[in-house]
Amino acid sequence: MSKYTQLWAGGLLAAILVAAQLLLRVTGKDYCLTQLTMSVYYAIVVLGLCLVMGYAGQVSLGHGAFFAIGGYTSAILTTADFSRFQSLAGVGWLKSIHILEVRQNLFGSPVTTVSPWAAFLAAMVVTLVIAAVIGYPALRLKGHYLAMATLGFGLIVNKLILGSSIAGAADGISDVPPFALLGGLMVSGKSPVRVQNYYIACGLLLLLLVLLGNLVRSRMGRALRAIHDRETAANAMGINTSAVKLKVFVLSALLAALAGVLFTHYTGGIGPSEAGPLKSVRYVALAAAGGMANLWGAAVVSTLINYLSLRDWFGSFDQAVFGVILILIIALAPDGPLPPLALWVRRAARRVFGQRRPRHGAA
Amino acid sequence: MDSGDLALQYFLSGITKGSIYAVVAIGFNLIYSATGILNFAQGEFVMLGGMLAVTLAQFVPLPVAVAGAVVVVACLGCLLEVSLFRKLRRHSVMHMVIITIGLSIVIQEAALHLWDEKVRSLPYFTGNEVTSLRILGAAISPQVLWVLGTVAIGVALLHGFLKFTLVGRAMRACSSNAEAAMLAGINTSNMRTLSFGLSAALGALAGCVISPITLTHYEMGAPLAIKGFAAAILGGLGNPMAAVLGGLLVGVAEAAAVSRLPAAYNDVAAFAILLAVLFVRPHGLLGAASGDSVREC
Amino acid sequence: MALLEVTRVRRSFGGVVAVENVTFAVQTGHIKSVIGPNGAGKTTLFNIISGMLKPDSGHITFDRQAITGWPPHRIAGAGVSRTFQNPSLFLKMSALENVMVGRHRRTRSGLAGCSLRLPSQCQEERAIRAAALAQLEYVGLASLANLPAGALAFGQRRMVELARALATEPVLLLLDEPASGLNTREKEDLGGLIVKIRDQGVTVLLVEHDVSMVMDISNEILVMHNGAVLAEGPPVVVQNNPRVIAVYLGGEFQHAAPSQ
Repeated sequence: MSKYTQLWAGGLLAAILVAAQLLLRVTGKDYCLTQLTMSVYYAIVVLGLCLVMGYAGQVSLGHGAFFAIGGYTSAILTTADFSRFQSLAGVGWLKSIHILEVRQNLFGSPVTTVSPWAAFLAAMVVTLVIAAVIGYPALRLKGHYLAMATLGFGLIVNKLILGSSIAGAADGISDVPPFALLGGLMVSGKSPVRVQNYYIACGLLLLLLVLLGNLVRSRMGRALRAIHDRETAANAMGINTSAVKLKVFVLSALLAALAGVLFTHYTGGIGPSEAGPLKSVRYVALAAAGGMANLWGAAVVSTLINYLSLRDWFGSFDQAVFGVILILIIALAPDGPLPPLALWVRRAARRVFGQRRPRHGAA
Repeated sequence: MDSGDLALQYFLSGITKGSIYAVVAIGFNLIYSATGILNFAQGEFVMLGGMLAVTLAQFVPLPVAVAGAVVVVACLGCLLEVSLFRKLRRHSVMHMVIITIGLSIVIQEAALHLWDEKVRSLPYFTGNEVTSLRILGAAISPQVLWVLGTVAIGVALLHGFLKFTLVGRAMRACSSNAEAAMLAGINTSNMRTLSFGLSAALGALAGCVISPITLTHYEMGAPLAIKGFAAAILGGLGNPMAAVLGGLLVGVAEAAAVSRLPAAYNDVAAFAILLAVLFVRPHGLLGAASGDSVREC
Repeated sequence: MALLEVTRVRRSFGGVVAVENVTFAVQTGHIKSVIGPNGAGKTTLFNIISGMLKPDSGHITFDRQAITGWPPHRIAGAGVSRTFQNPSLFLKMSALENVMVGRHRRTRSGLAGCSLRLPSQCQEERAIRAAALAQLEYVGLASLANLPAGALAFGQRRMVELARALATEPVLLLLDEPASGLNTREKEDLGGLIVKIRDQGVTVLLVEHDVSMVMDISNEILVMHNGAVLAEGPPVVVQNNPRVIAVYLGGEFQHAAPSQ
């Protein structure tokens, strides 16, 4: 995509997002914004997955685990009460540099928890480490082995969360405080800031689309595509394919964790299903549906489908929808439905509007 | 019961579960050898076998129900190959894995809608829930013997089929070198369909025989597929008989984990084995060290 | 000291010895060709030098550095570039993008620089594009720059692959059967191009079947047979070597007849 197409697409998407919000306001369905915001955060995970799967060609069936690691780390840190360590030496200092803060919990009593910013940074660090540790051996595996390894990783994280009381086991964690960003913006699920949060999520999505779009059209993007296309030749050209694959994997994990952190503060909690294999498979289905190597497609399609899913449009067939998407898209249109769709639209337009008229004097 | 007996109890339970994983693993291997596809929907064959048998058992005697379930699921396996996988030959391995995952989801959801989310089971083949035999100090249900016996016979028959019959040898030729097999006049398409049918049949049989012990429900397929896959690569992909060893090892390791760790971590052992094998020795215990060579069984 | 020194390299696959105790050197600024019947171990030798295979024993020195056992990308980073027997272009990328990938080892922008489009990255990107276009012009295919590599004819893919290898600014260029599939006229052009490349300071090691082209352009020739070195030396010397004649003409092995 050229720079100008990118600007056009960005503008168009922004317009659609604003229009959606205004439409919901006008029809009095403001509460739908909540699910739309959640869908946007899920779409951010899919963006990262697009980079890994569509560009670098590495399949990851465990990305839900990174979303969960990010979300759970910040949830645990911002809800765990450190009050009983009051007397310890460093605690006062930690409070003064805003790593620890005293706030009120649900019941109105004061608790000493880690501040959201510090928890966020911790979540990023934890995700980075885990992603690097898992990615290093996993990315040396081929195709189906990598798929199974990432699936296994996701399952282990899922089971560990379900089994540990610190993470709230099957109930998850709730009462996660809002996350105060800069300039008075606050990530929180409360109704007064609902619109604000919608635009925070959308703004992040658009920013990431621009940044990742830049990446993809650059030297690193070419390196990724080269690795996907023919790894041996990429190596022969001096690209350290293992290092590049790992970097991109870790980056996508960080994006998923970022989405997880914000999602958790927005909804006020997180549950073990976020790390489950069903969620991870959904992300893959959505990446495929948007066109594996199509960032904009991924963003739009995954927001849309997730929104419909959250609004219960698919009813009891919710899970089946994703299964069918996977089968149909990968089998029929591995590069995503947009290219064949565009082709079909062009053909239909030619049929409807006729061929261009030949110039005068032509034979 | 003293600790020795307890250990034996866990060991037997591990062998029982392990033999089911072995069957799933053999199914993986059969299909992988013949088609190069890793069929993640393998676990669903087990689930469908059990579900169908339970429904049929309401109308016909148990043996007929089991036989009927096996036949129907075998046909389904063949149907899947003919209608779906045959058309997908040119896809990459990554694509195929994702498609089969999608397939397993669809089958699972279809089962949910055809039956429901309730757990069900076949009656015990002999005796009932409280019958137990004492063997070497451990109390086991006769159903365990049914499981071990059926799987052992099934595996032996499969081995014999592949080694001694013309069709079986044709299948082995196909997995060794499909082009050469084709040039020798073997209908490789039929071999592929047969591999799906056999895998499905074996899986369904396992699903029936394990049903009284582990119960059958619509979601049981996916964990089975993953553990079966772990067993398959532990033994070495491409080596169906090593899959038996892999399955038993996974089952026993899982039983050992169950005896030590809190209940929630039951499944972690099998998944951890999966990761460990993949990271350390992807060609498995008995697989060839140099990548993609296909072993004959 | 020679630019590339291969010393007693041995490599076998299962029971088959593909490369047996091979020792030779390539001097800086030379064109050295490796010839020999099929199965003589030439491509295996290439794969070992470029790092795709590890030798069972022996070592390789490049530019005074021991590179045995280095991964391929590190060897490429040291200045060794190669082409493949079957042109290994990135089929989903355009010809120009393929050659731009060749600039990877000489450029530095990382994840951050590329995402944020820092000025240094923009500048580097323009330079990459210009350099790649220049290489395509050098091999005469600038007009095909924006076509997808998958749409190119075989000979064109060969040339684009060569342009890509040249874009890395190699010190040593490994060409694996660059003339196969080309007609006489194209082979002449290729020979001229290889000489031009050598004259610009790139050392070339090539594997080839077309003996006459090789005799024309090479400074030295290495003849391999059954994985071992049969003869090594300037074209005239090798041409008159009785063992070489025997291998290529299938005659009896002649002990006598000292070389000129």
